[in-house]
Amino acid sequence: MSVILDADTRLCAAGITGSEGRFHTLNNRAYGTNVVAGVTPGKGGSDVDGIPVFDTFAQAVRETACNAATIFVPARFAADSILEAADAGVPTIMAITEGIPAHDELRVYTQLKRLPGVRLIGPNCPGVLSPGKANAGIIPATFFRPGNVGVVSRSGTLTYQVGNELAMRGLGNSTIVGIGGDPVPGSSFVDILALFEADPQTELIVMSGEIGGDSEEEAAVYIAASVSKPVVAYIAGFTAPAGRTMGHAGAIVTGSKGTAKAKAEALEACGVQVGRTPTEVAEIVVELLGG
Amino acid sequence: MDLLEYQGKQLLARHGIPMQAGKALTTVDDALATAEECGYPVVVKAQVRVGGRGKAGGIKLARDADELAAHAGAILGMQITGCTVRELWVGQAVGIAEEYYASVVFDRRAKSPLMMLSRHGGVEIETVAEEDPDALATLHVDPLLGYQPFHGRRLAFAAGIPDDLVAPVGDFLAKLYATFVGEEASLVEVNPLVVTPGAAGVPGERELVALDAKVTLDDNALFRHPENAALRDTADDDPQERMARARGLTYVKLDGDIGILGNGAGLVMSTLDLVALHGGAPANFLDAGGGSKAEAIKAAVEVILSNERVKAVLFNIFGGITRCDEVARGLIAAFAALEPGVPFVVRLDGTNGAEGRALLAASALAGLYTAETMDEAAALVVALARGESGLPGTASDG
Repeated sequence: MSVILDADTRLCAAGITGSEGRFHTLNNRAYGTNVVAGVTPGKGGSDVDGIPVFDTFAQAVRETACNAATIFVPARFAADSILEAADAGVPTIMAITEGIPAHDELRVYTQLKRLPGVRLIGPNCPGVLSPGKANAGIIPATFFRPGNVGVVSRSGTLTYQVGNELAMRGLGNSTIVGIGGDPVPGSSFVDILALFEADPQTELIVMSGEIGGDSEEEAAVYIAASVSKPVVAYIAGFTAPAGRTMGHAGAIVTGSKGTAKAKAEALEACGVQVGRTPTEVAEIVVELLGG
Repeated sequence: MDLLEYQGKQLLARHGIPMQAGKALTTVDDALATAEECGYPVVVKAQVRVGGRGKAGGIKLARDADELAAHAGAILGMQITGCTVRELWVGQAVGIAEEYYASVVFDRRAKSPLMMLSRHGGVEIETVAEEDPDALATLHVDPLLGYQPFHGRRLAFAAGIPDDLVAPVGDFLAKLYATFVGEEASLVEVNPLVVTPGAAGVPGERELVALDAKVTLDDNALFRHPENAALRDTADDDPQERMARARGLTYVKLDGDIGILGNGAGLVMSTLDLVALHGGAPANFLDAGGGSKAEAIKAAVEVILSNERVKAVLFNIFGGITRCDEVARGLIAAFAALEPGVPFVVRLDGTNGAEGRALLAASALAGLYTAETMDEAAALVVALARGESGLPGTASDG
């Protein structure tokens, strides 16, 4: 088992004819992911290295029965592309695009909440990787191998860092989920923690958070009430000044709210071990799984 | 992007919100000319993005030209919480019977716009929320439904707005919400929203005027609002931040002496934390982004080194999309072009890490040290910034 992606995944990539979309989608296919389609308006009927391209998601779903989508289209068109995929009945949508306007994300989030069974991962995220099964997005799969640690993170490169530290210690992953660094993520820590809790392959969960918002605090409460598996956390941004956006649109300390310290304390108060460095996180994981 | 008061007011006025007559200006002469147009008494207000203007003496009433010249002269150039006052707003003084508070905030937790209204304006709203939470009426608006007149009525009655002002307050809130959505803001706040003197209880006798405006716009939406993008005031910005923006780099100036570059926002934040844990002080946040090419690396090094406080630099790259050999090539080019006078510690790992490390080793650059892990790299750069030389076993041949 794994979460979100597995051997039955049939992936369709929006923006497959762009340079980023093409590069990463072909990487995903080379990893073994079943990439069945691409969508680029106006390029229907063509193909990208044998992957058929459609003008609309509706056509792609009809012709290929795709059940997952990656969104690589530019920020100004990305919200529309997510809505189109959801409207066509694609249940799992991973939006890689960075820089989508926050008000667009608000409308997308509200609309998707009304469509039962549709899950959005991201935007501004690296995607999802279930090692040995499927990779959708831009996660460099070579650093990860199958195993029993589930990873959920707001940051891409920090995920690779943590995953690599685990791999060096002989540990693998059930699934790695990048939920993204934007203020309105389609899926929260809580959503993904619930999936890992129910997944038999996952024995331990690593969550990597950062400054801004209160989704880590929300996760802490949820873990105490509903997660039986051990959770190890990392929080980035202890040195971030208030009022400044630290790279990710959602990474901002507002007044005294959203600090790394408050998040780490909230998690610790709910029994979650928090590593102060990525290395310490990996060491705690080894200790917990070895014991 | 945070707007200055007068810029925020321009946006509100665009959506029909009533304002005093007035102008933003930069000289005492212009202040006097504006006052002639408005008629005395006038208000002079410092235009800075930080709070506490009133207490700092940045807001004054002037009854005649002599008073205005004295106040305007004193406020221009004044320092308010580290910001230099370069612009003033001068406008008509308005009679004040009551001060309200109104705002629309992008509520990340609820994932919908949050509207707030209170009869207790003119003070810090956080204080009102803490001391007398019932005095602050709030509600969330469904972003797909948008603002409806009943929202305004509900807020107005909950806040205890007098009957004759319920309709005008509702009309005002509709315009405030239109500003929030139309300009793609994350915050639109009017504090105080004043009620002008007049017979209470008689509809139409008393008016609402927005005396202040605090507006924060979504940077990611500025491409749809070129007129707002042009409001970005670079005068207050730090020279390194301006330079970085011109080069398309994400850079935040900090007050330490260790320059930092990494790829990915989370990894860079983590690197800053690690340097601090080792007792160092980061000079900046700089995310070179995914797929950093050699040219971008060179541009980033230029920005980092233009900060004279920087005594040592740490590169922390975990290559995913970013290829470490590209980063190494960029760094070698930067060394050749810029001849940095400070030591560099470089940690390259991930995609093409071995190739990147081999390139650096072959180039044997003076003052360039390599490290295997983030922890080692952070410890080494802190030691170098303190003037200690490379630690045994961690320095490269360079």
